[in-house]
Amino acid sequence: MKLQEYQAKRLFAQYGIPIPQGNIAITPEDARAVAKELGGRVVIKSQVLVGGRGKAGGIKLAQDPDEAEIVAGKILGMDIKGLIVRKVLVDRAIDIQKEIYLGAVVDRAARRVSLMASSEGGIDIEEVAARTPEKILRVQIDPAVGLQDYQTRQLFFGMGLDPAYIRNFGAIAQGLYKCFVASDASLAEINPLVITGDQKMIAADGKIDLDDNALFRHPDLAAIRDSDEETDSERLAREAGLSYVKLDGEIGCMVNGAGLAMATMDIIKFFGGSPANFLDIGGGAQAEKVAAALRIILSDPNVKAVLFNIFGGITRCDEVARGILTALADVKTSVPMVARLVGTNEEEGRQILASAHMLTALTLSEAAQKAVKAAAGEMVA
Amino acid sequence: MSILVNKNTRLLVQGITGREGEFHTKQMVAYGTRVVAGMTPGKKGLEVAGVPVFNTVREAVKETGANTSIIYVPARAAPDAILEAADAEIPLIICITEGIAVQDMINVCAVLDWVGVRLIGPNCPGLTTPGETKVGIMPAQIHAVGPVGLVSRSGTLTYEVVWAMTQQGLGQTTCVGIGGDPVNGTSFIDCLRMFEQDPKTEVVVLIGEIGGVDEEKSAQFIKDKMSKPVVAFIAGQTAPPGKRMGHAGAIISGGTGTAAEKIKAFNAVGVPVANTPEEIPGLLELVMRGK
Repeated sequence: MKLQEYQAKRLFAQYGIPIPQGNIAITPEDARAVAKELGGRVVIKSQVLVGGRGKAGGIKLAQDPDEAEIVAGKILGMDIKGLIVRKVLVDRAIDIQKEIYLGAVVDRAARRVSLMASSEGGIDIEEVAARTPEKILRVQIDPAVGLQDYQTRQLFFGMGLDPAYIRNFGAIAQGLYKCFVASDASLAEINPLVITGDQKMIAADGKIDLDDNALFRHPDLAAIRDSDEETDSERLAREAGLSYVKLDGEIGCMVNGAGLAMATMDIIKFFGGSPANFLDIGGGAQAEKVAAALRIILSDPNVKAVLFNIFGGITRCDEVARGILTALADVKTSVPMVARLVGTNEEEGRQILASAHMLTALTLSEAAQKAVKAAAGEMVA
Repeated sequence: MSILVNKNTRLLVQGITGREGEFHTKQMVAYGTRVVAGMTPGKKGLEVAGVPVFNTVREAVKETGANTSIIYVPARAAPDAILEAADAEIPLIICITEGIAVQDMINVCAVLDWVGVRLIGPNCPGLTTPGETKVGIMPAQIHAVGPVGLVSRSGTLTYEVVWAMTQQGLGQTTCVGIGGDPVNGTSFIDCLRMFEQDPKTEVVVLIGEIGGVDEEKSAQFIKDKMSKPVVAFIAGQTAPPGKRMGHAGAIISGGTGTAAEKIKAFNAVGVPVANTPEEIPGLLELVMRGK
């Protein structure tokens, strides 16, 4: 789950990280009121969960409340990479002397949290990594003792900053690590972390991704999920406990297991088709979950064929078959379907599906080829 | 021979009275796995498939001499279950559970490194040494005894590949699922090193997927340290960047972790990469003839 910038910065503030004064606005009039309260120049920032908001025209300065209203009017409703802007953050503008980068990530290879810093702030850190990897400094944090001050000093001096800021930076780095751990983040970034004209350090922008597997510990954070950022099908999938990613193709896929689901998509492509989605029903899925999955797949108007690829282990083929029948009982569809069930209780599964009109296959390649033909209207059950 | 588990494995099942624990205990017993003990707090005195249930891991180990533990408990309880097994000095722990918080795994791995216990998983299908023992949830009938070692980040994709090999007469020494989480106990390289040292393993299959750089590191390890041939498959060539593809670890972030990069890394060190799981047996026969 991703937090919006304003949510991330408010969370940072709880850990002592300075953020600009500001507030959220959902109408141009709101934006004027916030600007008036703040006084002086403000920055109006679209709140959507994509990168490149600035380049897309979603971040603009305003000199006074009148201009803030006009600018917010232009940004609200704007389409940025397919997402409609419904909120803007109105922040007091800051006098930027220097921009640096500070981020906390899960370092998979080290199996630890790493803190990363770079003197090249304000731009995409991935661009820095690609162009000048030597400008990214890292420290790995031992979970038993946490972030040590010598580590924050390594980052600080590595960036070649004015020693006058060492205390500010140390406190912000400690705050970021504490925030990361306490909120079970998988990514927390301050980019840019700004050194201002009046010698302060302040988090001008913020990004936090939370670990979905840990949300049970954070009902307060789970509750602030921005539902504007999810499609209906993604929300339904999440509520049903399914992993679902919508794609642009024509063949809906229902698979047990993430690796096999990816491989199924790849093989559809290999045989000349295009997958409509990634969908993993997970291990041990029961009939209701399978039924929910099929309803989600069939709600996509692009879907011209459905491929079920189930290799039973912890998942039982008979449960999957029952779920398919349950869904088909209340969703009437003429979309052709290809079923391939192998593994635990496969015989029972096939018997249950015998009553439904479906193409069947024994191997993944056979199933994928049949689904590609069915989607092209060249094959019927 | 084999790696990690064999006929001398004496297995403890943590969470044996749960739905999955009970189902798979029966399947493992039917395969011939020596399941010597089960554990569910408060359920001492019960039996599941003839296996006695204990309240604590220490008690189960003391009474039965269990030397390997498999965990089927829910995600919120799994870190505690892993640490309890480690505390009871069980040297090999397999965690099937999916959905453990990544920071819990960071803490658990730090403790396991400290005490020197090996963890397979979490979010994995376990491992099978065909003809000897099945520890986990892999379907029994897909395996056969033979010369191929297999290591994979996936579950069901592994079954697909193993089944394709078995149908072509290519049996396995041991099949290991290391799991699809970003932070896990055992890496590809750990398994490659063990397969390299296992006298019965002649060739290795590695099944990777998008996310992280484990596959790239493995390619380097194969080049530097392995004499046995390796064949690979990488899932996720059609996965879009920035989206988590089911497995918590399967995400292309910041342009790294793509299938194309991983395939390139393997090709660069002479490891053939299959287009479909069903191509793997043919590639295995090629590299085995060529060695």
